[in-house]
Amino acid sequence: MEPFRSVRGGGARASLAPAEASLLRNLVGQIMELIDPLDTEPKDSDPDDTLAALEAMLHEPGSAEAPEDPVLARLLPDGYRDDPEAAGEFRKYTEPALRSAKQQAARQLLDTLPETGGRIQLTAEQALAWLKALNDVRLALGVRLGVTEEFEEQWGRLKPNDPQWTAYEVYAWLGAVQESLVQALS
Amino acid sequence: MSAAPAEVDLPRSADKPVSDRPWVTIVWNDPVNLMSYVTYVFQHVFGYPKKKATKLMLDVHHKGRAVVAAGAREAMEHNVEILHGYGLWATVRHDK
Repeated sequence: MEPFRSVRGGGARASLAPAEASLLRNLVGQIMELIDPLDTEPKDSDPDDTLAALEAMLHEPGSAEAPEDPVLARLLPDGYRDDPEAAGEFRKYTEPALRSAKQQAARQLLDTLPETGGRIQLTAEQALAWLKALNDVRLALGVRLGVTEEFEEQWGRLKPNDPQWTAYEVYAWLGAVQESLVQALS
Repeated sequence: MSAAPAEVDLPRSADKPVSDRPWVTIVWNDPVNLMSYVTYVFQHVFGYPKKKATKLMLDVHHKGRAVVAAGAREAMEHNVEILHGYGLWATVRHDK
C-alpha cells in the first residue's frame, strides 16, 4: 500500500496492492449485505412501480426496535440513551435513511476501487465516502473482535497461529488506511 | 454547515423555565473511532476550528463523552443522524 496523500484542489490518492484491493472489496461487500436497506422496505410495494417504491423507501417508517446483532446495533445506534420511547421513534424515522446512506458510501468506495488494485484517485466527495465506509468496516470488525482502547496489547497477547490474529492484522491495516486518508484531507 | 449549533458552554441556572433548557448532542467514547477521524468529523460537520474540534475529541476520549452542540430538539436530532452516518456514537438529550 502507498498511503493516501492529498491532491491539489481537494481529494486524495493512494495505491493498493491487488490482494489489499480484493480484501477491501470483500469487507465492504459484507457490510453492504449486513445493512441492506431492502430489509426495511414495505412488503406490499409493487416492484414495477419505481416511484412508489422510492417514495415508500423515503417515507415508510422503519422498525422502532434496535437490531439484535451487536454489529448492526453499533452501525445503527440508538439516538437517545435513557429514553427507549424517544429512541424507538427516532429509529423509526431515521434508520431507513441511515441504512441507505451507509449503503451509498460503501457503493461509492467500491466504484472507485480498481478491481485489481493499483492507483486510486478520489475527489473530495469520494474521499468522504471512503472515510465513512472504511469506518463502518472498522466498527464491524472492532465489535466482532471486542477491541478496546488497549488494542495493541490485545493483539500482542495473541499467538500468530491464533485464528483471530489475521483479523487483528486486517483491523490494524484498515486503521492505517483510514488514518492516512484523514491526514490527507486535514 | 448551515446548521451551526449554538455555543455549547451555556450558562446553567436552577430557576430557568423548562422550555429554556436546551437540547444537546452528545458524543460518546468508543474504542474504534480514530482520534484524528473524530476531530475531522467535528470540523467537517459543525464547522468548528481545529482547536475546538480537538478539545471536544479529547473530552470524549478522556471523560467518556462530550456535549458537541446545543439548541432546538430537531436540530440536535439532525446532528445525531449525521454523526451516525459517520459512525460516531451520538445521542440527543434534554439538558438539565
